[in-house]
Amino acid sequence: MPLTREQIESIAALARLELSAAELPVYQDSLSRILEFVGALERVDTASVAPMAHPLAGLTQRLRPDTVTERDHHAEYQQNAPLTAAGLYLVPKVIE
Amino acid sequence: MSELHHIGLSGAAAGLRARRFSSVELAEAFLGRVERSQDTLNAFISVTRTQALSDAAAADRALAAGTGGALTGVPIAHKDLFCTQGVRTTCGSRMLENFVSPYDATVVAKLKRAGAVMLGKTNMDEFAMGSSNETSYYGPVRNPWDPRLVPGGSSGGSAAAVAARLVPGATATDTGGSIRQPAALCGITGLKPTYGHVSRYGMVAFASSLDQGGVLTTSAADAALMLREMAGFDPNDSTSVEREVPDYVALLGEPIAGLKVGLLKEFFDKGLDAENGQRVREALKVFESLGARLTEVSLPNLPLSVPVYYVVAPAECSSNLARFDGVRYGHRCEQPRDLMDLYRRSRGEGFGAEVKRRIMTGTYVLSAGYYDAYYLKAQRVRQLINADFTRAFASVDVLIGPTTPTPAFAIGAKTSDPITMYLNDIYTIGANLAGLPAVSIPCGFVGKLPVGLQIVGPHFSEARLLAAAHAYQGATDWHTRVPEGFA
Repeated sequence: MPLTREQIESIAALARLELSAAELPVYQDSLSRILEFVGALERVDTASVAPMAHPLAGLTQRLRPDTVTERDHHAEYQQNAPLTAAGLYLVPKVIE
Repeated sequence: MSELHHIGLSGAAAGLRARRFSSVELAEAFLGRVERSQDTLNAFISVTRTQALSDAAAADRALAAGTGGALTGVPIAHKDLFCTQGVRTTCGSRMLENFVSPYDATVVAKLKRAGAVMLGKTNMDEFAMGSSNETSYYGPVRNPWDPRLVPGGSSGGSAAAVAARLVPGATATDTGGSIRQPAALCGITGLKPTYGHVSRYGMVAFASSLDQGGVLTTSAADAALMLREMAGFDPNDSTSVEREVPDYVALLGEPIAGLKVGLLKEFFDKGLDAENGQRVREALKVFESLGARLTEVSLPNLPLSVPVYYVVAPAECSSNLARFDGVRYGHRCEQPRDLMDLYRRSRGEGFGAEVKRRIMTGTYVLSAGYYDAYYLKAQRVRQLINADFTRAFASVDVLIGPTTPTPAFAIGAKTSDPITMYLNDIYTIGANLAGLPAVSIPCGFVGKLPVGLQIVGPHFSEARLLAAAHAYQGATDWHTRVPEGFA
């Protein structure tokens, strides 16, 4: 079933993406077609199949020793920030 | 010295050690080619001439002192999603137009330690999402065999650069075919290693359970050398596998007589261009003449690879790309009204159309009420595809088939319909879903356009794949063909 314009607006809001009025029908069309295409999976019997969590079977999450291996990179990292002051990242006021 | 660009990666390393030419001479020769072809091919996003020449001079001093490594003085290029300290890393996106990484990716650091000299960062589909290099914010890359055609993607810049002999080897990444597909369309050798063999640390993430770094070179021998230097365990990558890296160069000569080759039935489907398929069948005859034993193998669930991929990859992409919020790094919109407006407009402006499409697809398939029907279902079917491969490798050593359904297509030909574009990766995605290594090598031409042959093996069978590719390249000369105008 094709997605509605409202569904696209809701997905875009969840994904934190601003879409223009011209973009909405484009994504409405292409997302509907993609969902129809991946709908082929519905017809596969997977009742007794466990979802694949990882491409290498048996691999478990590795833990590292609890030791300090890094120094503070604060200043270097903030050089890529659009707006900072006094070592803080600045955003528009959140609480009125 | 006018033929320096034909020596390949291993040839460059050997020539430098024998002091037949200097690293500065080599860097100058390749940089000249990079700069002269930029208007035609658009293969690079950044060219780092000054740094390259200074690194090459340092390499020459190391070579004179006898302290060089395996790649000392050898020019290479990095796909522009490997973080390079002090050199911007754009990932083909407006989002990262001004991003300068504060650290090197592990792959970059390893190749640096081996002595390689970086000439620049190559163009790519935005965030590696594309099969034609047309989604790059920095413009499409053009195929050196015919500049009206695409080079494939997403590692299109790396592939075009190696095919046009602008650089003897380049790094690349493969999430659904992004090394092998451009290798096929550009007539070069491309290896996607086993998932977990090459560190993902410092590789801008697209789909973390599928992404794998690898190499683009002109020959299997060169791929073996480059892979040996960049693979291996990395504590900074939580899915990196602790395992010794074999000496892939030393293992190139392993005999392939008796190699059990499975002919992938599902790959010779109705979507396969007849002539493209014919070249692959001719290549199979060569493998037979080298002593390989062919049998037909069926992987019945393999045709479901593309639909599985277009649920799993967008899901992981939507999660990974949530980090681009306009706050800590990356593009930020002008005059945000509030925090939500800052997020939405920064992301809306910073991402291109295909990236937005995949983020939204992923957001939808992971959203409440749809997760089971799409994401979990896809991971179950992925398990069936994986089981097909496991079953096949119980009876054959490698699987062989075409890399792509057709040779290179025209720029603009498939941009209007995402599904048509996604189907370019129909033969390559399976290896990503199962985490398997696979190599694409040139196996002839359709008209003037190269055709790729794909060899897929079990986990950590890179040495076997490279030996098979090397044996084929010893019996044929397709990999030595150079596009007209770049000879």
